[in-house]
Parts: sequence; C-alpha cells; structure tokens
Amino acid sequence: MASKVLVLIGTKKGAFILEGDASRRSFALRGPYCDNWPMNHVIADRESGTLYAGGGNEWFGPAVWKSSDLGATWTHSSEGLAYQAGEDPIKSVWSLARHDDRLYAGVEPAGLFRSDDDGQSWKQVAGLRNHPSRPSWHPGGGGLILHSLVVNPKNPQELWVGISAAGVFHTSDGGESWEARNRGTRADFLPEDMRYPEFGQCVHCLVMAPGMTNRLYQQNHCGMYRSDDGGQHWESIEKGLPSSFGFPAATHPRDPESLFLLPLNGDTAGRYVPGGKAAVWRTRNAGESWDALSDGLPQENAFFGVLRQAMATDRLDPAGVYFGTSSGAVYASADEGNRWRQIAEHLPTVFSVETLVIEG
Amino acid sequence: MAQPVVVILPSALADLFPDSERRVEVQASTVDGVMNVLDRRWPGMRDRLCDSRPAIRRHINVFVDGERATLATVLKPGTEVYVLTAISGG
Repeated sequence: MASKVLVLIGTKKGAFILEGDASRRSFALRGPYCDNWPMNHVIADRESGTLYAGGGNEWFGPAVWKSSDLGATWTHSSEGLAYQAGEDPIKSVWSLARHDDRLYAGVEPAGLFRSDDDGQSWKQVAGLRNHPSRPSWHPGGGGLILHSLVVNPKNPQELWVGISAAGVFHTSDGGESWEARNRGTRADFLPEDMRYPEFGQCVHCLVMAPGMTNRLYQQNHCGMYRSDDGGQHWESIEKGLPSSFGFPAATHPRDPESLFLLPLNGDTAGRYVPGGKAAVWRTRNAGESWDALSDGLPQENAFFGVLRQAMATDRLDPAGVYFGTSSGAVYASADEGNRWRQIAEHLPTVFSVETLVIEG
Repeated sequence: MAQPVVVILPSALADLFPDSERRVEVQASTVDGVMNVLDRRWPGMRDRLCDSRPAIRRHINVFVDGERATLATVLKPGTEVYVLTAISGG
C-alpha cells in the first residue's frame, strides 16, 4: 500500500518536491534544491527511489544532479557530458529517462547521452548526431533541444526521441542508427507544398501508451497525433480539442486508450489556456473524442501556459494527474482529472512535473 | 619550485564542491593549468568553469593583473587569479 506520493518539480530556479499521502488531498512543499539551478527535468527511479535532476546554469553549464535520500542531499556530475572540441558546447540537460541500469540524458544543442554508472559519467550516443539530417536541424522557440525520451520497456535497444524542431527519431539498435519517424505530422510553419517533410517538424512531447510499445502519442506544435506502429505513421487526433497547439501529454498508468492534454490557445495567440479558462482534456478512446475537465481549475483571467514536461500521472488507482504552470502553481487531481485542487503556488516557472509513489 | 599563484574562487562555485576553499594556492603557469589543478583537487570543477570548445565559460570571468584572461593567459609566479561569476541570470 502506498504511503507517500512525491511530486517532483523542475523549475527555473531549482527543484522542489511536494510530498503527500496516498489520499493526495494535501501536500507539503520542500526545496528549492540543486543550488537554484534551472532544472528542466526531475525524475525518479521507481525501484531504488533515486532522484535525478537535469538542467543547466548560465555560469556553470550542464549537469545531472542525483539524490539517494529523496532530496535531502544532492550531488552533481557532467563528466563526459560534452561534445568534441570546436563544436557548440552543451548548454543544458533537457530530459532524463531511466531504464534498468541505463540513464539517458537529452541535451541542448540536441544530442543524446547515456550513463551506465548511475550518472557518474556519460558517453554520447553518437549515432543520433551522425544522422544525415543533422546539419538541417533548426531550433524551435525553446532552442535546439532533445526534450522527449521514450525507451521501450520490453526492449532497451529501442528508443524514440523528440527534438525541437527536428522531429521524432527512432533507433532499434541501441542508438547506432536512427531514422526519422514523422510521416503524417504537419509543419504549418513551412510553405504550403512542404508541410509534410521527412524531418523538421516541431514535436513538443512524445509519450508511449502503457502496455502497448507500438502506440505513441505526440503533442506537436502543429497538431495532436497517435501512432499505432511505433511512429512509422501518425494520425491526427486533434478533432474535438479547442486548439491544435499545446505542450504536454501524459499517459494513464494502465489504460493505453487514455491520455491527458493541456491545449493552449495557439502559437501566435499568447500560448496560454484558451479564453483564460484552464482545462485538462482527456480521452478514454485513444483520441476519438475528448472531454474538458475543469472542476476546481481557474475559470477566468487565467493567463498561464503549461510546458512540455510539466504534466504527469501517478500509478495509483484511480490515477492522480498533476500539472505545473508558467506562473508557478501546481494543480493535482486524485481521480483521473475529474476534480482539481491547487497544491502549490508562487513557485518559479514550472518546467517539469513527475511523480514517485513510495510503498509503505 | 616557483612561487604558487593564488586563485580566488566565487562562493557560488564553492557551494557546489563542499570540500573546496575560496582561496587556493596552485602551481601553474597558465590559466588552463590552474583549471587542471583545480579539477584534480575537486573532480568536476573544470567542467563548471570551462566548456568543451575549450574555453572559459561565457558567463565566468577570470581576471589576471586587471585584465580578463583566457585559458592561454600566462601567469607570473605569485600572481592572483580572480574567478568571478558574471552578471547574468534571470
């Protein structure tokens, strides 16, 4: 039985932890951690409880921080987290993923690194940057960033990454070779006859459905999509949503048909919740239809956005859903999105939200 | 042996390395050499101050004899090397 739920929060000025019990009615805030560095992604290893935080500091560069005592103390390392001399240096770590003994880090400028010693040292997964399309990768508004990392839980040699704005790339040989997987996703920012390129799409968030390693969902700058063949073909599932634009997507812990989104009003319209009214949108049928969930969320004068890694679920039943805003608030639902309450406010801009359930 | 150079480190850096000192005596003849000595003493410190170009990080300033230094700057014995965090952030 779960005794604790930790909500791990990466912000513009450090990492924070919200700690609550399984009822998820109230949470206590701890932090800031990681010396107030901008922290783009804070994750937990479900088995060991080790926390990892990836970010970068304008003064001191990129690093992955680690805590083995649920955030009380932290160490940091960037050994090997570097490109060759002469290349643009790595500015920041953007995304982290843990699978068995492997820890992956996606960085800016876009590239992928792997640690086999629990974050002490890193080696580049060089095949990705050797992809022939790489000279043509262009940064999105947030930079040329590798922000989404999806590892096949049944086959660690298979990975997908999302790069803004280069698109989705896939490897089935542990990162030696990669192929672009963007067929069916639009690039509305290109001339009309070039809107379905092989690569160059602005993927915002890529996630895998639980128990279905071929089902991926992606929130894109230009639409919302589902793939049932590991990203080889993408189908639009944006019908019924208030906007095709948004950043995060969060899967249900058990149901591959369910997904949570937080659409924003559009890339040139302010990028906040539509009409100043906040809502999480949920599908229960893999994107055929959508419901707006707004009970407990601000319904007037809300001018915040929610960034690409700032929404997550927990693995309890019913699943908890959480998101953090650009204005430093965190909202939680203990019943799969039906009702919401604010569990933190006045934090720095929230970059990421993840969860860790600790058994009692 | 030549007189060591004296390196003064910023507090934000010292916070990252709990065993470090703010004022360090180092045997080195260039700023690059200082960085290597610091890294041997406190593993990882060079990465915090230098990038992979290689160069001193953009928002780190190193001053020697009143001038902004690079990794190649030559140090006279006994000189003081100031490592400072630049005005940046947000």
